[in-house]
Amino acid sequence: MIGTEQGKATGGKEISAENFAFLQQQVYRESGIVLEPGKQYLVEARLAPIARQHGLASVNELCNLLRAVSNDGLRRRVVEAMTTNETQFFREPAQYEALRTTLLGELLAARRSPRPLTCWSAAASTGQEAYSLAMLAAEMGLAANDCDILGTDLAEAVLERARAGRYSQLEVNRGLPAAYLVKYFTRQGLEWILKEEIRRRVRFQRHDLRDSARHLGPFDLVFCRNVLIYFDHETKRRILQLVREAMYPGGYLLLGAVETILDLDHLFERRRVGQAIVYRAR
Amino acid sequence: MAKAMVVDDSRAVRLILRRTLEKHGYQVYEAGHGKEALAVLDQHPDVRLMLVDWNMPEMNGLELVRAVRSDPERARIVLMMVTTETEIEQMVRALAAGANEYVMKPFTEEVITDKLRLLGVIS
Ligand SMILES: C[S@@+](CC[C@H](N)C(=O)[O-])C[C@H]1O[C@@H](n2cnc3c(N)ncnc32)[C@H](O)[C@@H]1O
Repeated sequence: MIGTEQGKATGGKEISAENFAFLQQQVYRESGIVLEPGKQYLVEARLAPIARQHGLASVNELCNLLRAVSNDGLRRRVVEAMTTNETQFFREPAQYEALRTTLLGELLAARRSPRPLTCWSAAASTGQEAYSLAMLAAEMGLAANDCDILGTDLAEAVLERARAGRYSQLEVNRGLPAAYLVKYFTRQGLEWILKEEIRRRVRFQRHDLRDSARHLGPFDLVFCRNVLIYFDHETKRRILQLVREAMYPGGYLLLGAVETILDLDHLFERRRVGQAIVYRAR
Repeated sequence: MAKAMVVDDSRAVRLILRRTLEKHGYQVYEAGHGKEALAVLDQHPDVRLMLVDWNMPEMNGLELVRAVRSDPERARIVLMMVTTETEIEQMVRALAAGANEYVMKPFTEEVITDKLRLLGVIS
């Protein structure tokens, strides 16, 4: 065990078992995310820069500070640093293909009254998912006010990047069709900036998936992808129930490739469209 | 086995791209410039995917794309440019000439595989 002894030997640099447990508890309470044992290296890598910025010698000292003073801003930053924000344009292309060929058309036709289609990117991170949908809608000839897109995330830092709509070369290289890049982006030095015509199609706001989303919806289409994997079983179940409560019956839920609706078959019906698996709200 | 070609004047780049394609079941040919690529294509008309650099001696990538697309028999070859050219105007030219996709260097392996998946040429 990397206990306090070794911690002392290395000038208290390595995170103590006690502090790791403290951070596990903080992250769980603030986000629902379960930090698995053995992720000490990850904690070190992600929190050391924050410790340094506060003039602290180690992550252990950062933990001491968090215990000593009630500082919401700092606590939030620590939790945000521990979340994985990886995303990309048109991640899991088969799902976008299903939207293009089948689902968006069906959803548009199923509306009882003339109203915009309502779409929600529920763990939006830096915005690529919501903007991919916006580009797809534009390509399909949907006007901005025919298709309302909301992106939410727990972390303010990623939402700010999402709102800015500025991406690095690596980010636009990944998964974004070149035809869309040339059509919907402008280049400024090393950055690629999403054009206003796409940016204005999406709104971003902070939302914790563990809270009710009724006031945000109801939605026809929900992306809740690559976020459930970080939660424990009970939290996943509760989030899926809350998501269902914010959807129109007949609306569609898209999950990440390795995620499932667990045992909630009474809420969602599994459907295959081409190569994609989607879930229809009952 | 499906066949692919990597066209780049850098041996190192060819090697990286070859390995990626081989992982996805392709038999891979190499060419160091456009003219050589056309010769390889004459020998192996069943090549269905080409990754093409832009700046090369003899015949550059854009000229190669145009040459391939001028032959109706080769209309179904999937062409992806992989290049240090990052101006939008250049991309537009490549797409207009008939390239199906475009990757900017430097790339990672995921960048290549994501695009190939998008093109439906790997699963
Ligand atoms: C890996 S990203 C997924 C991005 C995108 N959905 C995708 O599939 O590419 C996970 C995101 O979930 C967010 N997240 C984590 N816990 C959350 C919570 N309790 N409520 C809302 N968002 C949360 C993180 O901030 C992060 O941006």
